[in-house]
Amino acid sequence: MPMPEWLRLRRAEPVPADQAAQWTKCPKCGSMIYRPDLAANAWVCSTCGHHFRMHAFDRISMLVDADFVEIGGELLPSDPLGWTDKVPYPQKLARDREKSKLTEGVVCGFASIGGQPVALGVMDFNFRGGTMGTVVGERITQLFERARERHLPCVVFTASGGARMEEGMLALMQMAKTTLAVRRFRDEGGYYISVLTDPTTGGVSASFAFQADVIMAEARAAIGFAGRRVIEQTIRQKLPDNFQTAEFLLEKGALDMVVERSALKPALIRLLDYGVGGQRPSNGRLAASSVAPTESGEVAVPSESQGSRT
Amino acid sequence: MNAVVEREKGLIELEERIAALKAHAAQQPVDLTAEIAALESKYAQIQREIFGSMTPWQRVNMARHPKRPLGSDYIAALDQFDELHGDRHFRDDHAIVGGFAKLRGRRVVAIAQDKGRDTKEKVLRNFGMPSPEGYRKVLRLVRLADHLNLPVVTFVDTSGADPGIGSEERAQGEAIAQSLYELAAVGVPIVATIIGEGGSGGALALALADRVLMLEHAVYSVASPEGAAAILWGDAGRAEEAASRLKLTSGDLLQFGIVDQVIAEPLGGAHRDPAGVIGAVLSAVDDALTTLTAVPPDQLRDRRYAKFRRIGSAVP
Repeated sequence: MPMPEWLRLRRAEPVPADQAAQWTKCPKCGSMIYRPDLAANAWVCSTCGHHFRMHAFDRISMLVDADFVEIGGELLPSDPLGWTDKVPYPQKLARDREKSKLTEGVVCGFASIGGQPVALGVMDFNFRGGTMGTVVGERITQLFERARERHLPCVVFTASGGARMEEGMLALMQMAKTTLAVRRFRDEGGYYISVLTDPTTGGVSASFAFQADVIMAEARAAIGFAGRRVIEQTIRQKLPDNFQTAEFLLEKGALDMVVERSALKPALIRLLDYGVGGQRPSNGRLAASSVAPTESGEVAVPSESQGSRT
Repeated sequence: MNAVVEREKGLIELEERIAALKAHAAQQPVDLTAEIAALESKYAQIQREIFGSMTPWQRVNMARHPKRPLGSDYIAALDQFDELHGDRHFRDDHAIVGGFAKLRGRRVVAIAQDKGRDTKEKVLRNFGMPSPEGYRKVLRLVRLADHLNLPVVTFVDTSGADPGIGSEERAQGEAIAQSLYELAAVGVPIVATIIGEGGSGGALALALADRVLMLEHAVYSVASPEGAAAILWGDAGRAEEAASRLKLTSGDLLQFGIVDQVIAEPLGGAHRDPAGVIGAVLSAVDDALTTLTAVPPDQLRDRRYAKFRRIGSAVP
């Protein structure tokens, strides 16, 4: 399976050549970090351990073996409501496309992780705050539908401010649509792992983020339904610092585990392995031998390279 | 102050004057027919001016009208109702009322959000904002309905899910996600009616349904207008502006295919004829159930999947 151009580039040259862009400040401890060092450390501050929000491409690059075949990339957002607030919605989309180099708030595809074929979805906060509009909903839905057809386990990394205002009720309905797809996938024996990253809130937390077989979260990620400001305004007092963090929710029993980013990939590989003998004819390792190719002729197979950059 | 309440004040005064004149005419040997006719024609004119074409913000205010029929009023109009309490884990959330019921003689499980009428009841019902245990009660009742092969009938009216500390501690997102997850797969028909405010995910958690009905002046939106304004402009005060953009009226949603049927309200709103409106809603629900109960469970699930699958899909 050919490695996509952007994935090859990310691996060869993870940092822009522009000198000025090569230093960045940690928002937590304030130390200046050389970006190649930050990239080499999986976007974790080496001084304080702060987890930077990751670009979807970097996340995929960090996780997958050598293969990634994107699906749903051709789906692009339109402007169903003819929306304008400070600026017209199409302008916001164009700006985010330019800034993030993404076409929408989630990147989905087939890949293998530690040799295990998976359907993988990675949301990105850089595009409209990871909000779920019709395209995010459609891409996630297609991911689960195609994972179901191929009997692949599904892994989704969430990062979202919730439903996207600019697409109104069509955005809210994506919660229902993705829920139906997840339900059908799991009812037919599909194995689903969600990984909640900073931040996972609103409509995404109230749909596919919290509908997985195993729910992981990255250390110190903000996770909640209502926005922190909304709650503070409602109760008229300041909230404790750890409120709505992954660790807080682990303590309350809402998550299966919280992991540091450095431990994430090995943890994911171990968890995927437990799904191999599940109800489905195959879930993971056995997929390549027992599953017929789809109409397009592709089957996600374990790649030769088991190594990763992290 | 509710904008619709403000605007209808003059109308109500006029109404009282007409009634007084009529009473007077009935008792005295004077002919007031002309005066009464003049007042009535003025009344009709004002009524048309106010309610003939309402802006989205006026609809929001109509949906929040203090006299608008509430979830409990619909429950009370059922032939029979046996309330089932609690989520079996933590608490009975009074923002959601549910249980066994008979609707036009048909056995169903009925679930309603209720905002409360007076101050005491509003506090009891948390202003209709359900907590996680409310959604877990829904989940439990929906499972029960499936188990006993009873259709699920829901009445939606909430500004949104409760945004409090306790709700976050008990994982509000998870509770809504699981309510949706359950509705996604049951083999019994689900009919949801948006009777007042359909506020975001907290409303959708009761509305992943085979048929979604909506009262004419109800609203259903991705976020409350205040919430959307706060997100977009950092100013909840611009709610009216947000309401005008969100496409939250019954007409908009019918056009998008998000709502299947709009139920008309009398001129002036549902509170002008509560019994008539509630009756019309229950009849529409009954009609929908008549069609849906004939569909085998697997087909029902497939159709439900297809119904939501096409919303915002590249392949219409």
